[in-house]
Amino acid sequence: MAILAISNLTKFYKDVRALSNVSLRVKAGEFVTVIGRSGAGKSTLLRCVNRMIEPSSGRIEFDGTDMRSLGRRELRRARTRIGMIFQHFNLVPRQTVIENVLHGRLGYKSTLHGSLGIYSDDEKNHAVEVLERLGLAEAMHKRCDQLSGGQKQRVGIARSLVQDPRLILCDEPIASLDPSSAKTIMDHLYRISRDMKITILMNLHQVDIAIKYSDRIIGIREGEVVFDGDPKRLKKKTVAEIYGSDAGDILFEESAE
Amino acid sequence: MKGSIEVRKAFRRRNLAALGCFALLAVLTLGSSIVTSFDWPASLRAFPKAIGWMAANFIPNDRALRNAPKIALKLAETVLVSIMATVIAAACAFAMAILGSKTTRPHPLVSGIVRLIASLCRNIPVVAWAMILLLSFGQNILTGLISLFIGTFGFLTRAFMETVDEAAESSVEALRASGAPWLATVTQAVVPSIMPQVASWMLYMVETNIRDATLVGILTGTGIGFLFDLYYKSLNFPSAAFVVLCIVAVVILIETGSNALRRVIL
Repeated sequence: MAILAISNLTKFYKDVRALSNVSLRVKAGEFVTVIGRSGAGKSTLLRCVNRMIEPSSGRIEFDGTDMRSLGRRELRRARTRIGMIFQHFNLVPRQTVIENVLHGRLGYKSTLHGSLGIYSDDEKNHAVEVLERLGLAEAMHKRCDQLSGGQKQRVGIARSLVQDPRLILCDEPIASLDPSSAKTIMDHLYRISRDMKITILMNLHQVDIAIKYSDRIIGIREGEVVFDGDPKRLKKKTVAEIYGSDAGDILFEESAE
Repeated sequence: MKGSIEVRKAFRRRNLAALGCFALLAVLTLGSSIVTSFDWPASLRAFPKAIGWMAANFIPNDRALRNAPKIALKLAETVLVSIMATVIAAACAFAMAILGSKTTRPHPLVSGIVRLIASLCRNIPVVAWAMILLLSFGQNILTGLISLFIGTFGFLTRAFMETVDEAAESSVEALRASGAPWLATVTQAVVPSIMPQVASWMLYMVETNIRDATLVGILTGTGIGFLFDLYYKSLNFPSAAFVVLCIVAVVILIETGSNALRRVIL
């Protein structure tokens, strides 16, 4: 069953078309990666799903809900089930790890409790449990500006996990990390999708990593879907088409025959 | 070879541009002095005499030092009023900045109104505010406090808005994406992110307000400004000079203190 169904999604920034007629379906629990050049529309696509960017036209259905028909309050409710992970982590640097993780619960709380930062014991236990699973138990009371990039991103993942999401949107989650931290993050996200059956929709620059981890790859070029299928079916020629010119040669060397 | 000629040309162009800017500034200054018929030689000749007069009259003497308790009292009043104006203005500016900043504004229209109000408060000089308010509130501490408040409010609103956009944009995005309510986003993400800069701006405004309060006090007849005005108009220049020295000392003291505080916070 599709947890996310996008049909004919188009987005204009003034006169510039960022996305044109994008249609795709993501099954529950699937690990889907979107690849494409910088400025191809990957980020816009991801942000249209939770309406952090308003689409110009088209239909987005998440878990049976027509996202574009939602009012303010309903949109907030829908967003609680969609986690989001960012390239620059987007944490509050001066707060501790556990405080940042608990921010993921604010969407479920009343304005009063949320504004005062009052969390239940269940929520705190859940947050601790998630941190343990991500290997951050020791850093729990450290301020986030004292963490390494890889640790910060794990805090970002923990924050989205305490939301109990059905879908996690990952916008270039490893673009500002060194290769070893990047691998740790990708492994965690892979396990989250496999063990917790949480759907992952991810933007990625590294084609080889996309091929290694994804159930499915979507190639975007100038706002249009030019590839949608099994990573094994992604050939050098297609990569060249997605990225333009002979980029396929460099990007493809070790990842496929 | 052709490349190096290009490079040399580029550098020559850059040097010429710098020279051009310098020449323009010189012409502007010279032009201004001609238009305002500013007499350079006479002005320069006036300096030695002026400095001589200051050295002769503007030196605190025994009589001036005997005024120290009175001066200390008025200075304390000025410092307290400055702190009060800053704190009240900061609280109001904080609320306005949240409504006005691109990151947290509830609606672009609200933001526009906030920016307009802040700009109006900021761009009318504090002294002008004092003179306007003098007519409705009279010569008292309240008039001075309100004048300082308005100027500080205008300045801090803008400073806080920029701080919010700079320091909290990314975490606000994350919390909005997770469905957090607006007010919770403000208290849980924005407030902790901007607190150090907010404190730093407030310290800066306290310093600025002590200086401005002196000027405002001359008009409203309160604080240290009043005392300066009094001594000055009764030709008691040594005491007036002593007042100025005391102000400088207090401002330096507060600056040093707030710099130390800043190092701890930031």
